[in-house]
Amino acid sequence: MTKYHVNTSINGEPTEFLCEPQETLLDVLRDTLGLTGSKEGCASGDCGACSVIIDGRLVCSCLVLGVEAEGHEIGTIEGLAQGAHLHPLQQKFLEEAALQCGICTPGFLVAAKALLDANPNPTETETRYWLAGNLCRCTGYDKIIRAVMDVAAEMRGA
Amino acid sequence: MNALQYEAPNTVKKAVALLAKANGKAKVLAGGTDLLVQLRAKMVSPDLIVDVKKIPQLRKITVGRDGRIRVGAAVSGAELGEHARVSEAYPGVVEAVELIGSTQIQGRATAIGNLCNASPAADSVPALIAAGAVCTVVGPNGERQVPAEKIGVSPGRTSLAPGEFVVDFVLPARKPRSADAYLRMIPRTEMDIAIVGAGVNLSLDGDGVITEARVALGAVAPTVLLVEEAGRALVGGKLDDAALQRLDAAARAACRPIDDKRGTITYRTKVAGVLARRAAAIAYERARSKR
Repeated sequence: MTKYHVNTSINGEPTEFLCEPQETLLDVLRDTLGLTGSKEGCASGDCGACSVIIDGRLVCSCLVLGVEAEGHEIGTIEGLAQGAHLHPLQQKFLEEAALQCGICTPGFLVAAKALLDANPNPTETETRYWLAGNLCRCTGYDKIIRAVMDVAAEMRGA
Repeated sequence: MNALQYEAPNTVKKAVALLAKANGKAKVLAGGTDLLVQLRAKMVSPDLIVDVKKIPQLRKITVGRDGRIRVGAAVSGAELGEHARVSEAYPGVVEAVELIGSTQIQGRATAIGNLCNASPAADSVPALIAAGAVCTVVGPNGERQVPAEKIGVSPGRTSLAPGEFVVDFVLPARKPRSADAYLRMIPRTEMDIAIVGAGVNLSLDGDGVITEARVALGAVAPTVLLVEEAGRALVGGKLDDAALQRLDAAARAACRPIDDKRGTITYRTKVAGVLARRAAAIAYERARSKR
């Protein structure tokens, strides 16, 4: 199998890797680069657990080939916290118990960050629609939505 | 089976050459939101993937001096939705494209991919057909123009010959007092496959009389349907009750749906009439407000 050499940037760090053409970006992140924060749920773009940001756009990394990352900037859940300082979304998810098993959480956090980057003042309805591509099968959505709305309000006040 | 290869050419010419050489064993990759799922499920096993996102002209939306809007095959739903001129001229096309999948899917998926995936329930397709979108198809024998309604031929199959691919679609220049709308019926509020989709595109004269009308229905036949009879039912009047009843009847008469867990034949047929009427009412109001 031919390996392809890919140059990209991940969480601001220039990164290169080798991958096979059918490997997804999620496969590469988890299995080649050891960035296991992005989760594989459905592997078909339905659940959002593998959400990453490519050039400012929220996408499912299971629906992107590793080779497609060439020349693009990738943001993953590992880039959210600054050293020991959690991102406000991460802090609020903890404080408000917006998670149980945690598998969906990285995807929700990345998706919520993309939302607040695009729209610092979303309505609850906008937030619910924006996060409709992220599935949670234990907590349910109310705590997650509330946490995102609370962070949005705090970040606007800051 | 040969080992899978990946190429990302930067011109249409190179893409055509790669596809020709692959002898029908290649797949075009734009957003990839259908292709990657099919690859994984082994529904397709190409020798070559041709990624068209590095071709600059396919990444662009161009509004011509004549008012025509050209949308490249690699423009994502999110990019289309953010384009003010497209949203202003063709709100129905934009609302239909934006119904495809989640925020994540919108970041990648393309309208042309939705069209070429050839699902009869594809959300953007009734809107593209109603809008009169025409695709630019290129291949080993050169370029040809294909109306959106002539792309899909049966579920999952297109009229494209081996080696051909769609580089863009063109929406006609907007006449005054013209607008479109798209509605779909799903059992949930978001993230589901249409039971019925209806796209309506109207032009009015200065008195509000409909001068042109195109109606397209999704998920009620093996392909998305352009229902010419339904369009004719609207022309010459002001969308009064009688016109709406004629539209409803023509839409229902065109339906040849399947019976499945999402909807029965009777239900889909009835809903097709209802959605056609409602979409027509929205398109009419939008067109009138442009006067």
